[in-house]
Amino acid sequence: MKILVAVKRVVDANVKVRVKADNSGVDLTNAKMAINPFCEIAVEEAIRLKEKGQADEVIVVSVGDKACHEQIRTALALGADRGIHVEAEDGLQPLAVAKLLHAIVQREAIGLVLVGKQSIDTDNNQVAQMLAALGGMPQGTFACGVEAQDGKLKVVREIDGGEQTILLSLPAVVSTDLRLNEPRYASLPNIMKAKKKPIDTLTPADLGVSVASGLRTLSVEPPPERSAGIKVGSVDELITRLKTEAKVI
Amino acid sequence: MKILVIAEHDNLSLKPATLSTVTAALAIGQPVDVLVAGTACAGVASAAAAVAGVSRVLVADHPAHGAQLAESIAALVAEIGTQYTHILAAATTTGKNLLPRVAALLDVAQISDIIAVKSADTFVRPIYAGNALATVQSEDPVKVITVRTTAFAEAASAGNAAAVESLGVVKEQALSTFVGQQLSTSERPELTAASVVISGGRGMQSGENFVLIEKVADKLGAAIGASRAAVDAGFVPNDMQVGQTGKIVAPELYIAVGISGAIQHLAGMKDSKVIVAINKDAEAPIFQVADYGLVDDLFKVLPELAEKL
Repeated sequence: MKILVAVKRVVDANVKVRVKADNSGVDLTNAKMAINPFCEIAVEEAIRLKEKGQADEVIVVSVGDKACHEQIRTALALGADRGIHVEAEDGLQPLAVAKLLHAIVQREAIGLVLVGKQSIDTDNNQVAQMLAALGGMPQGTFACGVEAQDGKLKVVREIDGGEQTILLSLPAVVSTDLRLNEPRYASLPNIMKAKKKPIDTLTPADLGVSVASGLRTLSVEPPPERSAGIKVGSVDELITRLKTEAKVI
Repeated sequence: MKILVIAEHDNLSLKPATLSTVTAALAIGQPVDVLVAGTACAGVASAAAAVAGVSRVLVADHPAHGAQLAESIAALVAEIGTQYTHILAAATTTGKNLLPRVAALLDVAQISDIIAVKSADTFVRPIYAGNALATVQSEDPVKVITVRTTAFAEAASAGNAAAVESLGVVKEQALSTFVGQQLSTSERPELTAASVVISGGRGMQSGENFVLIEKVADKLGAAIGASRAAVDAGFVPNDMQVGQTGKIVAPELYIAVGISGAIQHLAGMKDSKVIVAINKDAEAPIFQVADYGLVDDLFKVLPELAEKL
């Protein structure tokens, strides 16, 4: 079985972004960039499935401008076998990304797609579900457990009230949640080896996909600022203030 | 204009998240229909018919819809969805699982987690963990939207008597099967609906120490949450996580205990009305958003709070 893992280049999770003065977006000039944390978990899961003998090949794909080669290389250093870069403008909508991935799933006869449940920049949480719909595939979203079982895939999902277990036929799409695994670090020899692994470059036109979207961003504004309040000196003062000043208890 | 709200329920009761979603729908326009898809869910349909502002309740009651798996419900919603201008669901794990699949089947964008309705085609949604608010406009014939429930008041759950109609549509599928679920049982209020939330972070040091938080929560009738750090450390289960990728809460009172205040955590609680932070590190970023900060050892403060409240 071939596994496709999609990774997104996003601003590092520790960077606090600022909105641009002209309200056209956020300012990412010189910001540290990284693989989206949930995508990293997806890469790790794919490699583990291969190590367990449940997958033959792990292909990593990223959609965006040339800079995302860096994230593809990182995934290759972690253990993915080869990369695909879909060269497109940054900021494509999830539906367009899902269509591109769908084209690759068909082209490569993929058995399992692993993606992060959400990217920490646009916070959409859509690509896995959309890709599953386009391919007529089942979806195991927000996964905290993935296990191959008699030609099917058992997925444990994080849901609001606890956990849900479902069984999916293959091919399937799984989106990863935080507790699924702890991603490894790339070793130096593997980083060197990754430099020799192939990365194909494709365009949306090569894949026969239109990336047009009916959705546009009119403006991006900073959220209302919350200002720091006061420091209280004791538990007694805290309780008094919550009762008489804030009136919340 | 014609709006469809997907009811959030467990075949037994209508979840309050639906009430907030109806409010968001009414802010867009009317009429508002509610879809109840499930099995043996007549009680849910009656509850939905009583919600203020609802015009019609559509029921798709069949064992094939029982577990509400996305593969079946999305096909159902996409089939009836073309008659609507807007399809809304709460941005819960159920809504987030379902609506992108619906949108892709309809070949339209999905708009996630809106916090405001500017007009019938323009909405505001947080991005970058709430550090920016994007105003987005959709030209799609059907706008498929998930709603951040804390941003919209709950519609009145009684007083209406909307018509209840049975839909003859059944979507069986063999792609996915429901195996089981393990739901946390708690006497406490639900995290996203509680008026008081008290959360613990890495500073709690262990899962056992959460008993100190429980004692305070008992006094306040509070729900208990946790930071991602506490979940990652294995102190508590993930369904207690408050933050960018966990639950979004906006209670009257939020008490953060031993939580430093990472961006990802603030994203989940900074719309709370009053925030209290208890942390021994006076420099912790959580104090920058707290109305009341207490710089002290939580192992001393929590027992004292439990005693004096």
